[in-house]
Amino acid sequence: MNASLLSYSIWIPIVGGLLVLAVGDRRAALARWLALIVSLLAFAVTIPLYTGFDTHTATMQFSERVSWIPSLNIYYHLGVDGISLWFILLTSFLTVLVVISSWRNVQTRVAQFMAAFLIMEGMMIGVFCALDAILFYVFWEAMLIPMFLIIGVWGGPRRVYATIKFFLYTFLGSVLMLVALLYLYYHSGNSFDLLVYQHTPLGMTAQILIFMAFFVAFAVKIPMWPVHTWLPDAHVEAPTAGSVILAAIMLKMGAYGFLRLSLPIVPDASHKLAWLMILLSLIAIIYVALVAIVQEDMKKLVAYSSIAHMGFVTLGFFVFDSVAIEGSIIQMLSHGFISAAMFLCIGVLYDRMHTRNIKAYGGVANVMPIFAALMMLFAMGNVGLPGTSGFVGEFMVVLGTYQVNPWYAILAATGLITGASYTLWLFKRAIFGGIVHPEVAALKDLDAREMLVLGTLAAFTLLLGVWPAPFLDIVHTSVQHLVAQIAVSKIPA
Amino acid sequence: MNAFLLHWTFAIPEIWVLIMACVVLLADLYLGERLRDVAPVLTVLTLLGAAVLTFFELGQSGTTFAGLLVLDPFTNVAELFSYLAVLMVVLYSRRYLMDRGIYRGEIYVLLLFALLGVMVMVSGANLLSIYLGLELLALSQYALVAFNRDSLVATEAGLKYFVLGALASGLLLYGMSLLYGLTGTLEVRHIAAALVNVTSSNLILVFALVFIVSGIAFKLGAAPFHMWLPDVYQGAPTVVTTFLASAPKIGAFALIIRLLVDGGYGMLESWQQIFIALTLVSLVVGNLIAIAQQNLKRMLAYSTVGHVGFLSLGIVAGTEAGFASAFFYTIVYVLMSLAGFGMILLLTRAGFEADRIDDFKGLSQRKPWYAFLMLIIMFSMAGVPPTVGFYAKLAVFQAVIAAGYVWLAVIGVLLAVIGAFYYLRVVKVMYFDAPEPESGPIVRDDLASATLSINSLALLVLGIVPGPLMAFCFYAMQGVI
Repeated sequence: MNASLLSYSIWIPIVGGLLVLAVGDRRAALARWLALIVSLLAFAVTIPLYTGFDTHTATMQFSERVSWIPSLNIYYHLGVDGISLWFILLTSFLTVLVVISSWRNVQTRVAQFMAAFLIMEGMMIGVFCALDAILFYVFWEAMLIPMFLIIGVWGGPRRVYATIKFFLYTFLGSVLMLVALLYLYYHSGNSFDLLVYQHTPLGMTAQILIFMAFFVAFAVKIPMWPVHTWLPDAHVEAPTAGSVILAAIMLKMGAYGFLRLSLPIVPDASHKLAWLMILLSLIAIIYVALVAIVQEDMKKLVAYSSIAHMGFVTLGFFVFDSVAIEGSIIQMLSHGFISAAMFLCIGVLYDRMHTRNIKAYGGVANVMPIFAALMMLFAMGNVGLPGTSGFVGEFMVVLGTYQVNPWYAILAATGLITGASYTLWLFKRAIFGGIVHPEVAALKDLDAREMLVLGTLAAFTLLLGVWPAPFLDIVHTSVQHLVAQIAVSKIPA
Repeated sequence: MNAFLLHWTFAIPEIWVLIMACVVLLADLYLGERLRDVAPVLTVLTLLGAAVLTFFELGQSGTTFAGLLVLDPFTNVAELFSYLAVLMVVLYSRRYLMDRGIYRGEIYVLLLFALLGVMVMVSGANLLSIYLGLELLALSQYALVAFNRDSLVATEAGLKYFVLGALASGLLLYGMSLLYGLTGTLEVRHIAAALVNVTSSNLILVFALVFIVSGIAFKLGAAPFHMWLPDVYQGAPTVVTTFLASAPKIGAFALIIRLLVDGGYGMLESWQQIFIALTLVSLVVGNLIAIAQQNLKRMLAYSTVGHVGFLSLGIVAGTEAGFASAFFYTIVYVLMSLAGFGMILLLTRAGFEADRIDDFKGLSQRKPWYAFLMLIIMFSMAGVPPTVGFYAKLAVFQAVIAAGYVWLAVIGVLLAVIGAFYYLRVVKVMYFDAPEPESGPIVRDDLASATLSINSLALLVLGIVPGPLMAFCFYAMQGVI
């Protein structure tokens, strides 16, 4: 059982998703329950990954390695370390919440909807534990198909434009990565093993080209300024559940790619181009946050805020400091909870009012006190208030950055202020104040199902905020190892 | 036994198909009136029989008929896939032909003769036998394209195909004659030996290569020799289009292997340059023009040009792995286009061709299962994992990067992204648009529907376990250099 735990984590949701698809849209209730059972089961099999994880080693754990395509020397090679473990758990955990949160508000093609999320869950977990370059790429790309359909079928009015833009943008980004991976194959003695790549000597020119190819793939996914323009469109048009998965997990994949591929495989190019990455991160933190302030659409606002928060993550990577990198990982995890919660909160409002325009609201706290309290917590997390998970990550990133270059840290810290302005201003306009619109007066507070979903997320936001130690313990050894690895030049003497 | 007949058993599959083609013709003549299904049923039996006979020959190798035909792993594997392709066409064809009143035995006889042509091309070891096989295939195809003689577009397509095809055959033949004049032999392996003493700047040789490559490019459908392809694909009855995009492509690929690799590998650097140009033009022309198409058959025709560009990448690589990946690409392409055209066949009914992209609008609401299958086909053609189309692209990119042409691979992947757009458009109309009122009911057709399900799901299953098929193609190319 333990030996193939990762395979179970990947394949239970995929096979379960196909079963849900087979149930068919006509038996919607059965499809919902089956999807819930599958997602719970999938979550259950990922828990032993945490309980059985050895925090004292940076080597890959729960490894599996089977020959897959012998003609091209491709292996079905899986494994987790401290960097990837949390993302696997986050994925399987959020999928459960997504299934529950879509229980009522998705009424068309229910089985297909649930199946798409479950299949996507398996593929996302696959990305986080693939150690073979082609296997990684297959999961990375395959994920686009369900997301393409989720936005296109269940999305908003401009969904077709948004989903095609989303698909082509990310597809374009990743094909160049494929060329880089194939190039690496020939410089590593015909291997597609990502761990072998980490020890393959490469000249500076080759490293820079590979870095750029990876950069395009990951920067589009994160997304970094200036290739972020697909994200607001995709978010606005996606159904709530799609936005949650997009913000909470898919964006993390790009960042994960930097950690797993860019930094260890091309360390010299990473050092050389760090200025560019830091520059782009700071632009995301400062400029994109300013863009967020002026948004009228709540989802768009949170989408821009996601880009700004991911700016902290990439900033943390490219100062090459272990505190900053650990902070980045915690920031990703925290953003996984908070952005998911923010989108779910907007979803709660949208389900009732069918608009996301901030002006249509105001005074919601008067009629939905429980909702307002919970959303307040998430808003504070988004701001990065101490005691919430948002504080830990951003603080560590700024701290780590300060040790390397105080100016970067000062500029990044301004992001905390702009973050506070757009979040609090949104909150003030939508939730506080007197009731202006009669529709708002008729709103009903959270039902038990919504309370369960948001309450769980609130608990994690607080837990990670006040007691981050268990989370950091897992990450620590692997990050130390990574930092040591980046410090060594790979240019052949 | 005289030397000519030595090892004649190597040609048993060819002999079997020839005899059976005649049997089908006669059986249809005498029984066709009463038993309308006699020709297709016999054709299926012929194909299964041929597969068994070929299967027994696996692992053997050598030449026969005084070096006219050769048996090697490539012959076996390519023939097996050709049977499979024709088998699919036969299974798809029945209702389409019935609806149009052209459900006649001759079409199956022509298919078998065309198949025989492919088989001779695949196993040809002599310029004469290769050319004979090519002409047998081409003549059968001209007749097939114009088979629906009451249809104006089909007749026009047939005539276009005939005129241009004859021109291409002439080019090829002229190149062959130059080669013969230069080396004094018709046997491919002797040509290879004789070419060792010819410098690559020899003007006659350059002319010979240019003519031969042009002829092959025409048969394969590589730009700028692709002009016939969209008109013929669109004009021909869809059953025939399905066939044109299948086994004949294996035959055209065999021309490359037999003429350029078996015969002209010593001149690799000369013809490699031509292929780089063909690849680039095909990739650009195929993928860009396909975007503008409103007719699905025409779009798939341009997508064929694009696919030929991708598979040529493997040939440009010029290594054993390169040829193997190009062969793998060819096989995958055949499976994908069989499924793609099969889908159009399935949606047609009398008086309705279902070949406009708009005819697929809202298919996911009218028939979710077909829409799902078409989704797999389109993503496979676009090369998105986990479908087999991705591994085909992966293999050729890998080969071409190994050969040092990273820039070609970069151009290739960028055009793959452009290509993804028009495949996505089909998915878009199926899933995101509402059905058109005039699209009408979908006629029930269990045989074709089952075939299509197997065909399309194979694209997905082979995408999850691509190992065996790829190993099979690499086996076929063993020792080809």
